[in-house]
Amino acid sequence: MSRPILEAKNLRVAFNGVKAADGASIAIHDGEFLAIIGPNGSGKTTLLNICTGYIRPISGSVLLDGNDITRMSPRAIARRGVARAFQIPQLFSAQRVIDNMMLALAAKDGLWSAIRPLETAERRDEAKALLELVGLDGDTDRISSTLPEGHRKLLDIAVALALKPRLLLLDEPTSGVSALERFPLMEALMSALRQRRITALFVEHDMDVVARYASRVLVWNAGNIMAEGRPDEVFGNAQVRERVVGVA
Amino acid sequence: MRIILAAAAVVMLAALAFAAPWLQFVLTLAIAKGFAALGVAVLLRAGLISIGHAMFFAASAYGAAFLARAGINDLGLLLILSVLVSALIGAIAGSFLVRYRAIFFAMLNLAVSMVFYALCAKLYGVTGGTDGLPVPIPAVFGIVFAEPVFKSILFYLSLMLMVLVGLVVHRYLDSPLGHALSAVHSNEIRLEYLGIPVWAVLLIAYTISAALAGLGGAIAGLAIGRVVPDFAFWTASGHLVLIAVLGGIGGVPGAFIGALFLELLHSAAVTVTDAWNLFVGITLIVVIMFMPQGIYGLFERKEAQSS
Repeated sequence: MSRPILEAKNLRVAFNGVKAADGASIAIHDGEFLAIIGPNGSGKTTLLNICTGYIRPISGSVLLDGNDITRMSPRAIARRGVARAFQIPQLFSAQRVIDNMMLALAAKDGLWSAIRPLETAERRDEAKALLELVGLDGDTDRISSTLPEGHRKLLDIAVALALKPRLLLLDEPTSGVSALERFPLMEALMSALRQRRITALFVEHDMDVVARYASRVLVWNAGNIMAEGRPDEVFGNAQVRERVVGVA
Repeated sequence: MRIILAAAAVVMLAALAFAAPWLQFVLTLAIAKGFAALGVAVLLRAGLISIGHAMFFAASAYGAAFLARAGINDLGLLLILSVLVSALIGAIAGSFLVRYRAIFFAMLNLAVSMVFYALCAKLYGVTGGTDGLPVPIPAVFGIVFAEPVFKSILFYLSLMLMVLVGLVVHRYLDSPLGHALSAVHSNEIRLEYLGIPVWAVLLIAYTISAALAGLGGAIAGLAIGRVVPDFAFWTASGHLVLIAVLGGIGGVPGAFIGALFLELLHSAAVTVTDAWNLFVGITLIVVIMFMPQGIYGLFERKEAQSS
């Protein structure tokens, strides 16, 4: 197997004595769609926070392409090609949907061209194409705070995609999205990831989504890895079925 | 539509000053304060309230006085160098002030400006203390004009600068950098995750806002012919915030509309009563309650309705 894009080694993090990571190590390789599942409060989001520089671990290290990024800021890590979509969408709520997208595209292209306006024909087209991909093409000119929760989630994902990342971290991409929209969204997302050769790590509670789209599943429990493998292997594990999936 | 309205307003101001030359001084001061209020409004876009921007207004006016004393006697050069002085002070102060938010940012700006005020008032040998310093009439393209002519030239130059600088600031606010500035108010976390350095975005905005306040201060110093420490007093900073809120921060014209409205209201109110602040206070209450987007917000709303 090729060298991992992202590796987290021997991570230890605790909040008020509760261990969110207890010496666990993970690695994600080029082209993978790694799903992380686990009970609420098991430390899945904390893992994403560590990998993106938002939280510093007590000990352990995070490597991106073999380079240590443990002490880097989220900004520095983002500039190295790691994008993130959040469990609670992080948007510029006072701005229009299209402006959210165009600012993300500008961040990638070069924010410092202060003379050119944010809105150029080329940037608008690119933003609209991404919005169409996630099914938000009808909301282009809406103020993002007026969007329903599911659409805010989609916009958050589209903003992350606009950064043209090599690695995308998605925190519960389908939560808040209606049951009808869930699979079409995942299909569009997976197609975009494959087309753009983006490796993805996603935290997810919907086991149908995990079973259908993950190339590998990692079960995170109380700061440790309980099981790891292909979806059919993991879901066949009795301990996982009992403690995480909820089926005995 | 917006451009036609703005052009009509500028022509009207020029015509008004031509028909009633006594108004030129009032309008020049209003434009000067408009520049400083625009500086405050730029920061308000990021949700940052500065109660200390009169410091840059005063620093630039003192800069003009010092430069004139040092033998620089050209209007254009005085304006440019004074603005650079305030921009430099802005960049230095901003490098640590932009790390703070909300009430801490407001109070720290106030504190720094009051230190500056105290220095201006107490360093008599350098600043002339509370008497201040004279700002002599400079030459314009090598010609020294009589005071009334110079005041007219200064007014029309200010009017021209209002248009030119206004366009530049509009362009900046419409650029990715300007949008990133507004986004600071919405979501700093997302900005960081986009790889955008919030600190740098704010420092650039702070330096621009200091330069704008400085341009206003240099014009005011030249119009009045003297600079005194009161230019930097905290009530002057509060006045700039009031102008920005009154005019509205939705667009560049807001600051100038607020300044012109307030100066003309002041000029009219003092002829009726000493308690002119009463009129200003009532006006502000009405604006905040019924026009949360400021006076400029009314134009924007009308335009949105017509389109």
